[in-house]
Amino acid sequence: MARAPVLRIGNTLVVTVLEDLHDRDAMSLQTELLGQLERTGATGVLLDLSVIEIVDSFLGRMLNDIAAGVRLLGAQMVVVGIQPAVAITLVELGLELRGVRTAVNADRGLALLRRLVNAALYQVTMRPGLDGRNGKGNAHGHR
Amino acid sequence: MPILGEDDIVQSRQHAREAARQLGFGAVDQSRIATAVSELARNIVRYATDGRGQITIRQLTSTDGRERTGIEIVVSDEGPGIPDIDQALSDGFTSGGGMGMGLPGTRRLMDEMTIESAVGSGTTITIRKWRR
Repeated sequence: MARAPVLRIGNTLVVTVLEDLHDRDAMSLQTELLGQLERTGATGVLLDLSVIEIVDSFLGRMLNDIAAGVRLLGAQMVVVGIQPAVAITLVELGLELRGVRTAVNADRGLALLRRLVNAALYQVTMRPGLDGRNGKGNAHGHR
Repeated sequence: MPILGEDDIVQSRQHAREAARQLGFGAVDQSRIATAVSELARNIVRYATDGRGQITIRQLTSTDGRERTGIEIVVSDEGPGIPDIDQALSDGFTSGGGMGMGLPGTRRLMDEMTIESAVGSGTTITIRKWRR
């Protein structure tokens, strides 16, 4: 998609939104991104909004929906580069995007994404009763 | 500018942002104004008859003695109208499957908002913001 190409780097999909998105662009980004997650088995998504100057309630809701979809596919998403003016507008609009993890820039975003992905992996191995593991790497367990 | 379909939502918000910039509004106000226009333009596309309407932007100059510049945006359509304006202005109310943030959110972003609406003949929403 021209307005928001999805680039795969290792286990991470990097999406840079290049220009103001029409509603249908935002919806096809959702479909495209979740499709690529399924195909590639990527564990993280970094969504860069640093050139975006207007986020209205529709796009805000799409960001929430995309984050929820990514989570349902077992991956983590971090949105980076929200401009200060956009942040102020979103809060006044009543959209705090509580379901969306964010970081101030791509560097911090990648670091956060790495932590989230690792934490999610750890949670899976830690979960008792799921596969008999006790989280210490002992596949046979001894509860 | 006319609103004739979904593409005009992006057009209108960029147009509003540029007008606000030219009138000397700062980055945050440009974002507020553009976002408010985006919400109202989307309302037209969703609710007005054939998704058609009109947006007019003009400069305001205060008349109350103080030298002030502002922006006024009039968004009108000949759609079905809003039966209960108070309800449409309350957070969370939606008639179209959205989150019900459009009108109350728009009011919070702007300094003034007036709604004139008659069921069956259309809606005119006027929003204003003054430069600080």
